[in-house]
Amino acid sequence: MSTPKKILFYILLVISAFLVFFPVLYAFMISFMSGGEILQGKFFPESIHFDNYVKVFDRLPLMNYLINSFIVSFGVMLGQLVVCSLAAYAFVFIPFKGRDFIFFLFISTMMIPWEATMIPNFFTIQKLDWMNTYQGLTVPFFALAFGTFLLRQHFKTIPKELHEAAEVAGLGKFAFFWRVILPVSKTSLVTLGAYGFLTTWNMYLWPLLVTSTDQVRTVQIGLKQLQSQEVATEWGVVMAGVIVVIIPTLLLLFAGQKQLQKGLTQGALK
Amino acid sequence: MKADVASTPPKQLGLWRKSLNARTAFLYLFPSILLFSVFIFYPMFRTIYLSFFLTDQQGAAALFVGFENYAYLFESREFRNSIKATVLFVLYTVPTGVIIALYLALIANEKLKGIGFFRTVYSSTMGISVAASSVVWLFLFHPSIGMFNRLLNVMNLPGVQWLLDPDWALVSISISTIWMNIGFSFLILLGGLQNIDEYLYESAKIDGAGYWYQLRRITIPMLSPTLFFIITISLINAFQTFGQVDILTKGGPSQATNLIVYSIYREAFVNYQFGTASAQAVFLFICILIVTILQFKLGEKKVHYQ
Repeated sequence: MSTPKKILFYILLVISAFLVFFPVLYAFMISFMSGGEILQGKFFPESIHFDNYVKVFDRLPLMNYLINSFIVSFGVMLGQLVVCSLAAYAFVFIPFKGRDFIFFLFISTMMIPWEATMIPNFFTIQKLDWMNTYQGLTVPFFALAFGTFLLRQHFKTIPKELHEAAEVAGLGKFAFFWRVILPVSKTSLVTLGAYGFLTTWNMYLWPLLVTSTDQVRTVQIGLKQLQSQEVATEWGVVMAGVIVVIIPTLLLLFAGQKQLQKGLTQGALK
Repeated sequence: MKADVASTPPKQLGLWRKSLNARTAFLYLFPSILLFSVFIFYPMFRTIYLSFFLTDQQGAAALFVGFENYAYLFESREFRNSIKATVLFVLYTVPTGVIIALYLALIANEKLKGIGFFRTVYSSTMGISVAASSVVWLFLFHPSIGMFNRLLNVMNLPGVQWLLDPDWALVSISISTIWMNIGFSFLILLGGLQNIDEYLYESAKIDGAGYWYQLRRITIPMLSPTLFFIITISLINAFQTFGQVDILTKGGPSQATNLIVYSIYREAFVNYQFGTASAQAVFLFICILIVTILQFKLGEKKVHYQ
């Protein structure tokens, strides 16, 4: 590429990056400001102090919420990995009558928006006495057609010879799944895991419905509480809360961006 | 093993043995099937069932009313308003969002030093939750200390009541939504761009084709399946919007931002009208079903696959 063209691209890249990232950057700056500085409309804080961060942990059981979010996100991630990989294995390695039909049934669940089923689901959780529990927040999301589909696509690329070799070696179906298939599918499992963790961490409507006490409430609902309590007065504290909540997922995204992109494109398009 | 099977007369190879695979497969599929049944299939039928009933406070069907819930909905100004807001919201967010994400994917697809950094930044909004983004945008839209009105002030323009003015509220929600969705669309479109065969560009270059010609004749046609996919996903996401409405406007002012999922939520969990809320949910399902079917039908015909 010619030098002037390169420079043009860099200018576009930098301006766009600034525009895209501006809201986050701004929130980050504000989280270090005092109330007076925010009212003056500054962009850079005069000095870096962590008062707002101390306050936000003081006002809300934010640490509890963070731990809850971790447990819930990790739980859904594990649940999805187990449930989806078992299903995907059956679809690829066990020929049986009606396989296509059941696969179609799985895929058809992708057309049902979760919001269209939330009212009966809410009552199911209530009847099971799972309100304000980790089960209520996680179990409904364990089965995932998209996840099954993603893993199935990957399992299909595993050479058939491996299967035959395993049978010759006398490996049972489950041993083959556990000791051969899962280890060679690490990348897809990681993609699905990251995807599951991210989406669960960011979930909003379901935790809003099934939590009514601080006990298992997640950070996203904590943010809503914080915002409605503090809005009039202390934006610095609110922004500190925002930064604390987005750091884990941003880190995860930064670490796995390339992987996630590859995995999602594969799942979406092939 | 094989000899064993051969020595058994075929008559005795009963159903039990023949179905061995099916039974094993069922064990592996059981968790998924159980969970799908309890949390997707059953509730979907239950929603349809409830939409024909008046319900009590516990959500139990109390009185069969047939299609009256639906008739009531389409006569109610509130619901028509909510449909109108949802349609406008789709029109505001989907085209703009896809175009911005496409632009970002195109500039981030060049082979330049440090490009990884920019890719990470552009995909970053995917890692930021709706709740967190909404709180940040609530501040940006703040009438006096928010960034937008400050900028307008600097330019000597009058401030806008972003979230309080019925004419602006939906636009404001749309702006924040476009930003929230950029990350995911960007990531998928970038993936699509990287799947295009390098060879096509090389031969175009030999023919002396310029950047725009290549973009029009190679990139866009080859990217069309991805573009089509991302348009569908954006449409479906737009129909499912909830968090930003709840935090930024609560459906107001004068219901200008009462998007359909928010409307369902309010009808069910604030007004305890589970029957009409279910009818709305069925309506939402049909809308999304139509979009999905269109994706399959149109997508396979009109779109250029590699």
